[in-house]
Amino acid sequence: MALLQIAEPGMSLDPHQRKLAVGIDLGTTNSLVASVRNGVAETLSDEAGQHLLPSVVHYSESGTTVGAEALLKVSEDPFNTIQSIKRLMGRSSSEVLTLGDQLPYQFSDGQGGMPYLKTALGDLSPVQISADILKALSARAAESLGGELEGAVITVPAYFDDAQRQATKDAATLAGIKVLRLLNEPTAAAVAYGLDQQDKGVVAVYDLGGGTFDISILRLTKGVFEVLATGGDSALGGDDFDHALAEWLLEQATDLERTPAVMRSLMVQARSAKESLTDADSVVVTLSNDQQILVTRQHFDQLTASLVSKTLRACKRTLKDAGIKPDEINDVVMVGGSTRVPAVVAGVEAFFNRQPHTDIDPDRVVAVGAALQADILAGNKPDADLLLLDVLPLSLGLETMGGLVEKVIHRNTPIPVARAQEFTTYQDGQTAMLVHVLQGERELVDDCRSLAQFTLRGIPPMAAGAAKIRVTFQVDADGLLNVSAKELSTGIESAVQVKPSYGLSDSEITQMLTDSYQFAADDKERRALREQQVEADRLIVSLEAAIAEDGELLLSDQERQDLLSEVEVLRSLRDGASSKAIETGVEHLAHVSDFFAARRMDQSIQKALQGQRVDQLD
Amino acid sequence: MNLSQNYFDLFGLDVGFSIDRAALDTAFRELQKEYHPDRFAHKSDAEQRKAVQNSTHLNTAYDALKSPLLRAQYLLSLQGVPTGEESRKQLPIDFLMQQMELREALAGAPEAADPFVTLESLESQTVELEKESFDVFQAAYLGGDLELAEESVRKLQFLKKLLSEIEAMEDRLDEEF
Repeated sequence: MALLQIAEPGMSLDPHQRKLAVGIDLGTTNSLVASVRNGVAETLSDEAGQHLLPSVVHYSESGTTVGAEALLKVSEDPFNTIQSIKRLMGRSSSEVLTLGDQLPYQFSDGQGGMPYLKTALGDLSPVQISADILKALSARAAESLGGELEGAVITVPAYFDDAQRQATKDAATLAGIKVLRLLNEPTAAAVAYGLDQQDKGVVAVYDLGGGTFDISILRLTKGVFEVLATGGDSALGGDDFDHALAEWLLEQATDLERTPAVMRSLMVQARSAKESLTDADSVVVTLSNDQQILVTRQHFDQLTASLVSKTLRACKRTLKDAGIKPDEINDVVMVGGSTRVPAVVAGVEAFFNRQPHTDIDPDRVVAVGAALQADILAGNKPDADLLLLDVLPLSLGLETMGGLVEKVIHRNTPIPVARAQEFTTYQDGQTAMLVHVLQGERELVDDCRSLAQFTLRGIPPMAAGAAKIRVTFQVDADGLLNVSAKELSTGIESAVQVKPSYGLSDSEITQMLTDSYQFAADDKERRALREQQVEADRLIVSLEAAIAEDGELLLSDQERQDLLSEVEVLRSLRDGASSKAIETGVEHLAHVSDFFAARRMDQSIQKALQGQRVDQLD
Repeated sequence: MNLSQNYFDLFGLDVGFSIDRAALDTAFRELQKEYHPDRFAHKSDAEQRKAVQNSTHLNTAYDALKSPLLRAQYLLSLQGVPTGEESRKQLPIDFLMQQMELREALAGAPEAADPFVTLESLESQTVELEKESFDVFQAAYLGGDLELAEESVRKLQFLKKLLSEIEAMEDRLDEEF
């Protein structure tokens, strides 16, 4: 007989109503998926009982494998076995070249400067490769939980910039996962330790993962987390510890050539030696040429001491940013497999003068926190008191004359946030303006990350300095940026399109989605559904924008309300499963909004007759 | 949420330069708990967009009241006195001279016998000037002398910029040593 479960009133919904939501830690070295079951957040294992999914994908003509199975191919088929792909997320080709030594893959230039990796299954972007990892996690979750996922909270390093966050979200979209929220990894870790239950305190989260180091200073007050400051290094992690040891092993080796395959196998051996040194004082490494090398913990600590002190310098800077002294920190949380290195724990303990939290498996702690947050965001805990307030990790700005960056939103500004900045033309009769959006702390454009460039056209010809162009930045709660621009002096608003400098454009994502549906040839209805959903979305977005812009002027209150409720009707159809119903809904909404489109057309013709040159109207 | 309400009313505070910072923090957090997009993650797109708008507004309002300088500027803007780019009035010549001297001292700091001591003394001078200007602002604002209040805000903008340049220099020298 099954045991009866008794739920706390208001805390748990009927199992049939409960929405399946997961937390995903998409890591550089390993990835995990976790979910709240029976009130407890736990990571989900595969059939073999393994919780960690190595973030490794192997591509061959016979198919794609992910995880431990793919990891076995590392030495034998290095170019087709992709590891540490998180390091390349949202990076441009030129940045990737600087990592070339450490990443023995073959690249081909993609559109927009995005790197593509050459594999047996063609050229693949980091987004596609990450999507393959996410698909494996999503499939594991659907199997363990017995149903389709409602959505996921995916964690990202606090230091990730806009391009890297966007790339992560794109990968989820490609994997068919609805993202409830991108959550900073350290924040998730603090949630996992239940630090939100305390009345107030300041928490430092030290997260040394496989490929990234983050230090975050959080303040919590009665269930509200604020990120006071984040810092770190998006290219420093356990891989660098392995790399330092691998380089040393190569120096000691008597007859080993530096080839990609040799480096790959040395990295694997270095990693396993590092893991052994967590408990053992020394370990013997046997190289592929049968040479045996003794590595003591003391020597390993020496090889990696500069890496540990690099992390502590970042801690110092970040504390300064937060305006917090080390002794004001109430809790230190350790995250990431690399915090198992004893020298790391000792260094952190000495720096903060406080014993750090290490009770929860440092590999799983982020996924556990993400699962708790996913459960709340999916609406399974209506009474939950937890709210995470987040900040922008890196300043956002625009290029001005002379290759300088003018900051529009400073880092550590709470998000969501919107800021506008006004610019003007510098030439008489100038009708277009290039808007270049950058992220970073430095003064020069060349030292910052280029996020997007677009051209604002249709500025009426005026004397230099007379036009006023307002550029608006809107950052949402995931830390993702939207930019729009508007010419103010005449009220003319030109359409702008943001083209990512790299990362995937929307059309590339749509194309990839289409491609992936084509592979599922038996799934025609799904594709038709998707097409109709896209159609419906397009109509809803453009109609809502038109109502927002001209609704007040051109519609009576009744007409406006009627149109908005028709929009809602289509929106609910759109979320249904019938492509036919959506198609009919789209036709209906287009029909009932015809009169509004006609009025807008009349209005713009009138505007044109009021002295605007017709060729300036888009 | 009423987006046209003034920020002090939004957080239930009296309009004025002196504020109860703890009351501001509490009111801000309570409102965010109600309006933040996380509360609407499982709701419709329209509700989510509305939440982003509301939460953005709260952050903007909180930001404007949290920092004394921005709060002073906001108080003046409520009185119809612009303090942003539009204000191009000349500051008193003795203030500008003093600023020039401080800036020259800052530029010469790396060559000073002990750069860090020089920077510290510059910082404390600037902080002192800042404090004086805030006192002038508060008295002028309360006494209804908006012109003088606006002038002290412009001085404060100069001083804030100077302070951040002193800090940047400190960071730069930190890196070098």
